Amino acid sequence: MDMEIDFSGVLTCMHTEISLVAVIVVAFLYDLFAGKRGREIFHPFMCILMLLFIAANIVPFPNEDGELFGGMYLYKPVYGIIKSILAIGTLIVFLQSGSWLRREDTSFKRGEYYVLTLSTLLGMYFMISAGHFLMFFIGMELATVPMACLVALDKYRHNSAEAGAKFILSALFSSGLMLYGISFFYGTAGTLYFSDMAARIDGNALQIMSMVFFFAGLGFKISLVPFHLWTADTYQGAPTNVTSYLSVISKGAAAFTLMVVLVKVFGNMVAQWQLMLYIVIILSITVANLFAIRQKDLKRFLAFSSISQAGYIMLAVISGTPYGMTSLIFYVLIYMVANLAAFGVISTVEQHSGGKVGMDDYNGLYRTNPKLAVTMTLALFSLAGIPPFAGFFSKFFIFASAFEEGFHVLVFIALINTVISLYYYLLVVKAMFITPNDSPIATFRSDCGTRISLVLCLAGVIVLGLVSSVFDGISLFSFGL
Amino acid sequence: MNILSLFPAIPLLMMLGLWISRNTKQIHAVMVAGSSALLALSVYLVFAFLGMRAAGNTAEMLFTDSLVWYAPLNIHYSVGVDGISVAMLLLSSIIVFTGTFASWQMKTDVKEFFMWFCLLSVGVFGFFISIDLFTMFMFYEVALIPMYLLIGVWGTGRKEYSAMKLTLMLMGGSALILIGILGIYFGSGATTMNILEIAALHNIPVEMQRVWFPIVFIGFGVLGALFPFHTWSPDGHASAPTAVSMLHAGVLMKLGGYGCFRIAMYLLPEAAQELSWIFIILTTISVVYGAFSACVQTDLKYINAYSSVSHCGLVLFAILMMNATAATGAVLQMLSHGLMTALFFALIGMIYGRTHTRDIRELSGLMRIMPFLSVCYVIAGLANLGLPGLSGFVAEMTIFNGAFMDNDTFHRVVTIIACTSIVITAVYILRLVGKILYGTCTNPEHLKLTDATWDERLAVVVLIVAVAGLGLAPMWVSDMINDSVLPIISHILN
Repeated sequence: MDMEIDFSGVLTCMHTEISLVAVIVVAFLYDLFAGKRGREIFHPFMCILMLLFIAANIVPFPNEDGELFGGMYLYKPVYGIIKSILAIGTLIVFLQSGSWLRREDTSFKRGEYYVLTLSTLLGMYFMISAGHFLMFFIGMELATVPMACLVALDKYRHNSAEAGAKFILSALFSSGLMLYGISFFYGTAGTLYFSDMAARIDGNALQIMSMVFFFAGLGFKISLVPFHLWTADTYQGAPTNVTSYLSVISKGAAAFTLMVVLVKVFGNMVAQWQLMLYIVIILSITVANLFAIRQKDLKRFLAFSSISQAGYIMLAVISGTPYGMTSLIFYVLIYMVANLAAFGVISTVEQHSGGKVGMDDYNGLYRTNPKLAVTMTLALFSLAGIPPFAGFFSKFFIFASAFEEGFHVLVFIALINTVISLYYYLLVVKAMFITPNDSPIATFRSDCGTRISLVLCLAGVIVLGLVSSVFDGISLFSFGL
Repeated sequence: MNILSLFPAIPLLMMLGLWISRNTKQIHAVMVAGSSALLALSVYLVFAFLGMRAAGNTAEMLFTDSLVWYAPLNIHYSVGVDGISVAMLLLSSIIVFTGTFASWQMKTDVKEFFMWFCLLSVGVFGFFISIDLFTMFMFYEVALIPMYLLIGVWGTGRKEYSAMKLTLMLMGGSALILIGILGIYFGSGATTMNILEIAALHNIPVEMQRVWFPIVFIGFGVLGALFPFHTWSPDGHASAPTAVSMLHAGVLMKLGGYGCFRIAMYLLPEAAQELSWIFIILTTISVVYGAFSACVQTDLKYINAYSSVSHCGLVLFAILMMNATAATGAVLQMLSHGLMTALFFALIGMIYGRTHTRDIRELSGLMRIMPFLSVCYVIAGLANLGLPGLSGFVAEMTIFNGAFMDNDTFHRVVTIIACTSIVITAVYILRLVGKILYGTCTNPEHLKLTDATWDERLAVVVLIVAVAGLGLAPMWVSDMINDSVLPIISHILN
């Protein structure tokens, strides 16, 4: 491979990463130099900055593939789309974190929160755009290590510190596994460039083993069963806004990358990884659903729900078709707005009720906070795949993509599981609307950022499915085996 | 805008209107305006449809329209109606109209109740106008989920249990339908989701049909109260508030029969012929078992719910006979059962609203106390047991006539068995009427009760007029249905 590095494409292909670095630097400098008054408007400032960043990058350009640094960094329009989706999700999380960040024990850590969050986002961007396993690994680590700090950001809270420790340990373990797998690849293929590897993968035993290691490493990030054991504790312990970021953005990026790598690098081993995914999907969806039924803490509950959702996302990966990729991106988008709406409600209720996150605390929420209860209901309906909400459409497309490739029984099992998932989503709805409560959470008014974010999410939940243009737009750029 | 798209659009507008309403008066105004518009629209549609047929338009579906929705999956928003759907639309709008008046006295969370009620009707209307598999399925599910909250929040008795059971069983059914739809779509070469085009292609391999037919039929059959998947129905109906029971038993259960006919049998004809015997046995059990169960119940709503299992079983029984007469009877039975069961549930709701009990052991001599409601109850009962002159007779006569036309032993034997349900129905209806309406009232509290108010009278009278209208002059509607059933039946048989 010719290693001459061409810098001319940096500005055209890498503009998203470069502008994100600029945002991080601005946030860092603002945190350093802003005065007392400046710090008061730090939160709106960051939201606006993020909005500008999204506005500059939302439409993927240039409209053709490109590569940098001799193939280490790849650009494709479809990468631009998933990056925009992740950026929008990050903005929504930022909007929701306002009241948490104003608390006395966190307000001095604001700067760190923004910089760390955006660093993980940058890591995911590099992970998505990687054309070489080293680049991929560096991106993944950049996305993981700051995340551990974020999880432990409420360090005086016992839970949060514990969650941080659990997260970093499992993350290191999974990274180690993945590196081990990658080293075997290098041994058998003699290169780590995606483009060169594809031809040299022939599915021998060593490569199968290393693919399993690699998959296990990413499985931890996506929290698929049996690599999910850290998820519930971490989700429960982490600050709610960090949990929502973790459950959506980090998972979405990892799922997308998994599909890209499986399709691009392991095209010759399709039979092997489809079998592997087949088992993992059934386990993830079923186990997570059965555990979710028993949860009483809403954050743990959504942790298990997100594990099962990850299983559904894998249905798109297993198809390996361009249509599957479109469905995956669409699913991630819809899952993002719905899950962020649910977490937004949990977060604002937690902030205004002195930390209540139990399902029983939500009894009678509709009587006191009808708008939040309705928001939560619609978000859960969308997660359960009930029309006319967007989740119905994204689930249908996922099922269709797997069905098209002949996975009839798998789709059937997944469909039966949607009924189970509907049961536990309805338990929350029942708590809010039906179960009477003598001392429900008092009526309160959320802060402006949360309200904006919830309106955005609800608009997404209602509109994204009924309007087909987003799906059509994504499908223009998708690619498959 | 296509006239058919108005059917789901009006309830959506009603939801918007309800959202901005400030008091009960405005809410009632919105509901009355909207449901009257729906009723007027469906009556207009009947005349327009008949007019176009009279003018010689023989296309299978009229008023068709199609918009590309999700091009990569060939999903279109396609609408169109034949005689069956026109009849169902008319039925739905009558029930929505009368349901509005039947819930006039509702006090708690009126606005939310009617908003969910309207969402339910969006689903129902949308389902009947759709001729695209995906769109149809979407509307089907839209009609299911509001039931959970409508029963869970506004219901009575074991409402949480019933609501959850109903929702999960119906969603389980719809999971089967979904996989069946994917099977049909990809099995037919994945070029279209339009029902008519898939039927015209007629290229789904028979071995695949054998897999998908039972799945789709059971999927829709759950909603059509197919034995043994009917268990949600008695609990659900007993716990639901009046208007919801009316809409659910009156219209929603018809979605099941309609879907079985229009999707399972029409699109998978070879398997339907091969495997129909299994479902004929199951539906025969539904018919007889439902009627027997109704005999031993003591709760008015349970009696009617089991009676619905029996009558809806008859719908599925008739379409499985696969001849035009029985199928016409099936659609007539959908209409007739929809109207009279809605009438029953409305009356039960009104009686329960006064006496606060539905236990027939605690009720007696109501004829003296509330003569209007009692007389109507007798009429509903007579329609239910198939008295000539009322709608039940026309429907059941046509069904059994058609079913007996098949001259093999199996079909004739099951027809005779199913016929016994008429007698059993007479047993429980007459026993019930005698027990609660006649005799002397022993409960002094009940003596103080009053008869129906104007809104209740309106709801009941509209339904009775429809039941009697269908019974006295069935030809105009049965011709319309028969016209549309013929192409489907001939497609299934060839």
